[in-house]
Amino acid sequence: MAAGPMKMRATLGSGYTDVRVLMTHPMETGQRKDPDGKIIPLHFIQNVTVRVNGKVVMEGEISQAVSRNPVFTFRVRGGAKGDKIEVSWLDNQGESNKTEGAVA
Amino acid sequence: MTVRFLTFLVFYVTAISAFAQDAKKEIQKYQQMITEGSPVELFELEGEALWKRPQGPSRVSLEKCDLGKGPGVVKGAYAGLPRYFKDADRVMDLEARLLHCMMTLQGRSREEATKRVFGNESRPSEMEYLSAYIAAQSRGVKMAPGGAHPKEKAAYALGKALFFHRTGAWDFSCASCHGEEDKRIRMQDLPVLSEPKYARPVMATWPAYRVSNSQFKTMQWRINDCYRQMRYPEPKFASDATIALTTFLTVTAAGEPYRGPGTKR
Repeated sequence: MAAGPMKMRATLGSGYTDVRVLMTHPMETGQRKDPDGKIIPLHFIQNVTVRVNGKVVMEGEISQAVSRNPVFTFRVRGGAKGDKIEVSWLDNQGESNKTEGAVA
Repeated sequence: MTVRFLTFLVFYVTAISAFAQDAKKEIQKYQQMITEGSPVELFELEGEALWKRPQGPSRVSLEKCDLGKGPGVVKGAYAGLPRYFKDADRVMDLEARLLHCMMTLQGRSREEATKRVFGNESRPSEMEYLSAYIAAQSRGVKMAPGGAHPKEKAAYALGKALFFHRTGAWDFSCASCHGEEDKRIRMQDLPVLSEPKYARPVMATWPAYRVSNSQFKTMQWRINDCYRQMRYPEPKFASDATIALTTFLTVTAAGEPYRGPGTKR
């Protein structure tokens, strides 16, 4: 799959929020070759940003070592039902995507 | 000397079985980890969009497609397949039924609809996306494929015969690999698929996402690939033979709650 849709789920625990986010991305390492022997250019997500109600709570730098179609699960301190969580990514070719959801 | 040799032998055998046990545990841990990080839901999303997208000369979506529970009902439909469909007078698995709907509802030709049934990591196929979406709507539903109609019984019998029938360049049958307990290829356990105990967890988790090649794979592909590995001629997509095998395996696994789409190594 080329870079495409995302899916997110945020569930409230006691004192924390569990977030699970899926991203569609080829995550090319720059070391693979196509059938003609040409190197497939490096193409990977570089930055992942998580915002809760507009405020940045996490900024991550990831590398081409992460698999294709990555899935991230993490815990954010606090949170309440209905809080808006936004996860966005930016890759090394300048492509980006984001998804937004409410804590359930 | 004999005593010493025996002691060594006992030690050696114990060490090997301990290693095998550890390896098995580690593999289970790995399988759990890949399931937790499964991107299967992304394929479900795409599949849902595709299900609702008008296509073909008739410019209609597949939303009126009857998968066995009535037109447009997707909930629990996969768990009831394969089964006999009166309108086609044939036992059909999910992919055969989808193809039927593409041809009858959307007015597409068989050639066009089956031009690219198996995709790759950069571009999954329509069948793969749709299978992910439909199968996911049966999560938690007990698998209950058709087994009462004479044609369903015939499909089961044919599938069973095919499973054990040795032929081809290597004189192989499905049972050559999947017919004995405690066999594996490298680190992959080989389930005895003719036994419910082994067929249940397998059939409850196909179709599936494969992490090793980042692709979502359907049941038709799985059977097709088994035939490739056995060096048979390539079976036709959604043919009576491949549907019969799926019928045999699914009936063997009947009663197991569906847990897929799964994630495989």
